[in-house]
Amino acid sequence: MDKKEAEVGALQNVEGKQEEEEQVVNPWEVSAKEGGKIDYDKLIEKFGCQRLNQSLIDRVEHLTSRRAHVFLRRGVFFAHRDFTEILDAYERGEKFYLYTGRGPSSEALHLGHLVPFMFTQYLQEVFKVPLVIQLTDDEKCLWKNLTVEESRRLARENAKDIIACGFDIRRTFIFSDFDYVGGAFYRNMIEVSKRVTCNQIVGIFGFVGEDHIGKYSFPPVQAAPSFPSSFPHLFSGKDNLRCLIPCAIDQDPYFRMTRDVAPRIGYHKPALIESLFFPALQGETGKMSASDPNSAIYVTDSEKEIKNKINKYAFSGGQDSVEKHRQLGANLEVDIPVKYLSFFLEDDAELGHVKEEYGAGRMLTGEVKQRLIEVLTKLVERHRRARAAVTDEMVDAFMAVRPLPNMFN
Amino acid sequence: MGYSKDQLLARLQELQIEFSQYEHPVVMTVEAQAKYVGNTGAGLSKNLFLKDKKNRFYVVSALADAKVDLKVLSQRLGLGKGGLRMAPEEALGEILQVPLGCVTPFALVNDSAGHVSLLLDQGFKGQDRCLFHPLSNDMTISLNVSELDKFLRSIGRDSSYVDLEANPPVGKDNPPDLADLVPSDSIVLSDPPEKAASLQGPRNDHVISDNKSTEITAKANEPSRKVKNIKEKSVSIVQPSSSFKDVGQFVEEILDKTKALLLSETRVIQITGETIKQHGERLGAVVADGIRERLSSELKADTRLYLNTAYTEGFSVARTMFQNTGAHSQFRCL
Repeated sequence: MDKKEAEVGALQNVEGKQEEEEQVVNPWEVSAKEGGKIDYDKLIEKFGCQRLNQSLIDRVEHLTSRRAHVFLRRGVFFAHRDFTEILDAYERGEKFYLYTGRGPSSEALHLGHLVPFMFTQYLQEVFKVPLVIQLTDDEKCLWKNLTVEESRRLARENAKDIIACGFDIRRTFIFSDFDYVGGAFYRNMIEVSKRVTCNQIVGIFGFVGEDHIGKYSFPPVQAAPSFPSSFPHLFSGKDNLRCLIPCAIDQDPYFRMTRDVAPRIGYHKPALIESLFFPALQGETGKMSASDPNSAIYVTDSEKEIKNKINKYAFSGGQDSVEKHRQLGANLEVDIPVKYLSFFLEDDAELGHVKEEYGAGRMLTGEVKQRLIEVLTKLVERHRRARAAVTDEMVDAFMAVRPLPNMFN
Repeated sequence: MGYSKDQLLARLQELQIEFSQYEHPVVMTVEAQAKYVGNTGAGLSKNLFLKDKKNRFYVVSALADAKVDLKVLSQRLGLGKGGLRMAPEEALGEILQVPLGCVTPFALVNDSAGHVSLLLDQGFKGQDRCLFHPLSNDMTISLNVSELDKFLRSIGRDSSYVDLEANPPVGKDNPPDLADLVPSDSIVLSDPPEKAASLQGPRNDHVISDNKSTEITAKANEPSRKVKNIKEKSVSIVQPSSSFKDVGQFVEEILDKTKALLLSETRVIQITGETIKQHGERLGAVVADGIRERLSSELKADTRLYLNTAYTEGFSVARTMFQNTGAHSQFRCL
């Protein structure tokens, strides 16, 4: 790990000390400065990754001959590491594989959970590359005090929702740590483990002496999938294959560690493409939490529940009274419905229109919420329909350790 | 408010569903109904409205002479023996919103029936036409079962046909074959004296396919309870699509979607003299482009599902062939 990154890591998680002034972003906690919202510019600077600019987006469109995904156009995926190198290699005819994952801590998935999967599905489709999806049931067992059986069960349940996002079974391998760790994967875990010191781990993740050793030994598990040799049944003989990891930006610490170790083992550093946090219904001060049902829209919510949650809990940037609103317009910076629309309303023109009219006060909060309810309901219905078509056998098929011929075609 | 007979009939016409109708005095039983429509050459249906111990509801619609054993059905659904019983009278009004003696698959058009599972008798497929009440006991409509499927699709349902007379063994090695058709949500009737809690059903929503149902004879299980609140489910319940295994159904669904989109798109553009002048010969292209774009991502998603389903079937077959059990020796690969 280079000096700068270590420093940054250390700053991020000083043991125990909750710095009121600073925002906290790590895999287990996300919170903004008191009362404010996450400052992404500061985050990029602190973490040391790059902004995803328009020229990169144009390049993606050009290379894939398809319109960029709405998440790219709207700046939802806004930061990256080495994405340029991935595109350069792709142009030269060198493929890559995708790696993403989920910590199956609960049965209920909300829209925020779907974001990275929706984006990864798009990447798989337009670049025509294989994908590995890691279900970190061991992590949840360690951190959340679930039993092994429960974590494994949740992993399979979550797999169904993930599959419902539309991944191509001919190019996708889903695995749970409890099932798959071993063999070549474990060998890579050891290669990583021996190159990261306890001090570095503490610096990155903020572990303390009282934490059990399971926590300390977990990070290599999340690092190993970045190396193609961890999957001999897929990438045998392709040690040079690059890896691209779409994830939310709070996962960056794992991969900073991985990137530091990779060249020392003789592999490419994995590239990353990172997203913002999906804001909670009540506002931008943090991310959606599975423990507060009214902070998020779940994929199991009915049309009525969605309507109710948006109407009741979605934080509005509109003014208190109609007169005031018509006069001053809405505060688009804090308005949640508009933010959600910018995630999920595909039509750029319509979104632009809404922002203009609402910002000027000509459109009322109720109308914006109504439109959002329509969009979300459609999304959730589609997801449910797809999920209902996922059988246990299909999960078995996705998770089978099998070859994927034609994974690059 | 529940759909009326006239509203339903209008809807059927809108969907261009082919059916005939027979008016007759109010009938409360299949026997009485048979007196009036028994000689039309169409298959008369009997319809049961059932519930299980976890407050989940089912409509079982079968040919009138099919033998439906509720105990067997209960086991096949994974509810154990005796898990199914007739739903109480209040449920009929509250959930299906039809009068006594009028249970029919068409009642699923009501939002309140959103969580009700529908089981259809496979036997219907062998009939030229079948007879059902259109939300009222003073009429019977006759239609081919594929037209019924069309209607069910229009309300976001898939049709699940079941051999209701089958009695497969259910045990450790034989999971209940109809377990998929158990609804994911229970419906809480207002003020039920027994178990009030709406329990979490199994996670998957399933289409209730045909089950032989016997006509509900107006017997209330419990003394009258006032129905206060039903967990309402709006519009399309998600049903597991058997269309992802059936090419014909898959294609029909695509065409139905396209047609629905065409109709709504043309309504939006309002094909008037104005727009025709404006776009001229291009009007067709304009409409077509709009539809293409709207359909594209949805069809891609559907097709991907179809692909995944087909792959999974192949995978299962291969697994069976190479599993190291006694049976595998009968399979061979070159």
